[in-house]
Amino acid sequence: MNKTLRAVWAFIDERFQIQALAGFAKKKSVPEHKHSFWYFFGGICLFLTALQIVTGILLLLYYTPSVDGAHESVQFIMSQVKFGWLIRSVHSWSANILIGALFIHMFSTFFLKAYRAPRELTWVTGFFLFVIFLAIGFSGYLLPWNELSYFATRVGTDIAGSLPIIGKSLKTFILGGSIVGQATLTRFFWLHVAILPLAAGILIGLHVLLVQILGMSTPLSLKGKPVREIPFFPDFIYKDVLGWVMILILVGVLCVFLPWEIGKKADPFAATPLGIKPEWYFTFMFTTLKLIPSHIFSIEGEKLAILGFMLGGALWLLVPFLNRRASRELPSPAFTVAGAIIFAYIVVMTILTYTLHGL
Amino acid sequence: MNRRKFVNYFLGGSLGATVLAFLYPVLRYLLPPGQAEVLQKRVAAAKVGDLVPNSFRIFKFGASPGILVNTQDGQLLALSAVCTHLTCTVRYEGDSGTLYCPCHNGRFDLAGNVISGPPPAPLETYKVEVVGDDIFVSKKA
Repeated sequence: MNKTLRAVWAFIDERFQIQALAGFAKKKSVPEHKHSFWYFFGGICLFLTALQIVTGILLLLYYTPSVDGAHESVQFIMSQVKFGWLIRSVHSWSANILIGALFIHMFSTFFLKAYRAPRELTWVTGFFLFVIFLAIGFSGYLLPWNELSYFATRVGTDIAGSLPIIGKSLKTFILGGSIVGQATLTRFFWLHVAILPLAAGILIGLHVLLVQILGMSTPLSLKGKPVREIPFFPDFIYKDVLGWVMILILVGVLCVFLPWEIGKKADPFAATPLGIKPEWYFTFMFTTLKLIPSHIFSIEGEKLAILGFMLGGALWLLVPFLNRRASRELPSPAFTVAGAIIFAYIVVMTILTYTLHGL
Repeated sequence: MNRRKFVNYFLGGSLGATVLAFLYPVLRYLLPPGQAEVLQKRVAAAKVGDLVPNSFRIFKFGASPGILVNTQDGQLLALSAVCTHLTCTVRYEGDSGTLYCPCHNGRFDLAGNVISGPPPAPLETYKVEVVGDDIFVSKKA
């Protein structure tokens, strides 16, 4: 038996060069220091993405992307299909935790200045991955066709529609017409299960490839100090897997005690329900739009806020190229302060959404 | 231009044109065909007696929602229910006698004017007629 197994292993190894790959992984080392904890969020994002793919494929078996059948099919998954509630809850909870992990991964990269040369493109691919995951979240939110997601889509697509020049065409393209209806659900389904995951897959490949080629960045504060290195395999991988197991336990507990809600079926001809809010990761923008006056210097407040967010996003994308001091391995406290202000703004606005009466 | 350059341009141009010839139908396919919106000018929004004073009903007006309000003093009013801010559907609040959009706290009076919040423009108002048992709403000329 052993002999047969060895022969099979030799056959596979000869064709896939597994020994060579294992040799590479064993030789590869990762710096370990007081900030190493933040490195694990990249792996956690990857793990949660895998969880999204697996549960998403399973949900496809029963989900119907039609205005008349979407909500009913989700109800069917939650109430009739064995463990359907678990699969859908894992999909929804892990999607939200994934966005949270992406926020942490992105901000820790920002504050550790890990984007500095030669890792600018790792940051750029990460930025686009973040945007794509937000779009996956937004498009997936509509699929159960409940009243919250319906109105969130109306608001979200209207924001796209208010962009200068391309807004109207972009809105028509996203909606598949002029209103949120069957064409919109079909398009969101198409984006959610095909186009955006494909784009994310390509970018994840590039992002991980860049991390492999360039290695992990060592923070500027540790420059000149001796930094311990640990082998990527098995030491770092073991720690990574431990993080994944902890996340899986968290997801499991959340799913058992707080299964994901289905909500009330969307009615395009009903008044918008009171207390409507988008998914938590969009609430800082949502609350900004609520608080901003209707006109600022004769410009519509809403348009100004949207343009502000777009400009902010563009600057965030270009951070590695704007921070010239970091690329020369010098401290750049101005960027740290700016990042802290942005982080505080997001946190405060998100908390205000859930705590301030009348919001 | 020498022969090599000409062949390079010719082949490069042909390749570009081929790519465009494949891309154009795909891009056009992605854009939804323009469908003429059914323009309704008059619609039966409710029956007399459906609405008690100080209540409202959302009705279908073409492809958009409208709101029919029976005010505290029994007056029937109809307006577009699409908030001018980000297109959520407004509701009537009997306590304040105003129209409220829960998405971003927009508030309008019953003439459609913005009272507070981010909406940049007033709501369109409609004409209301009672014919027999039916309440008809129509666009103002």
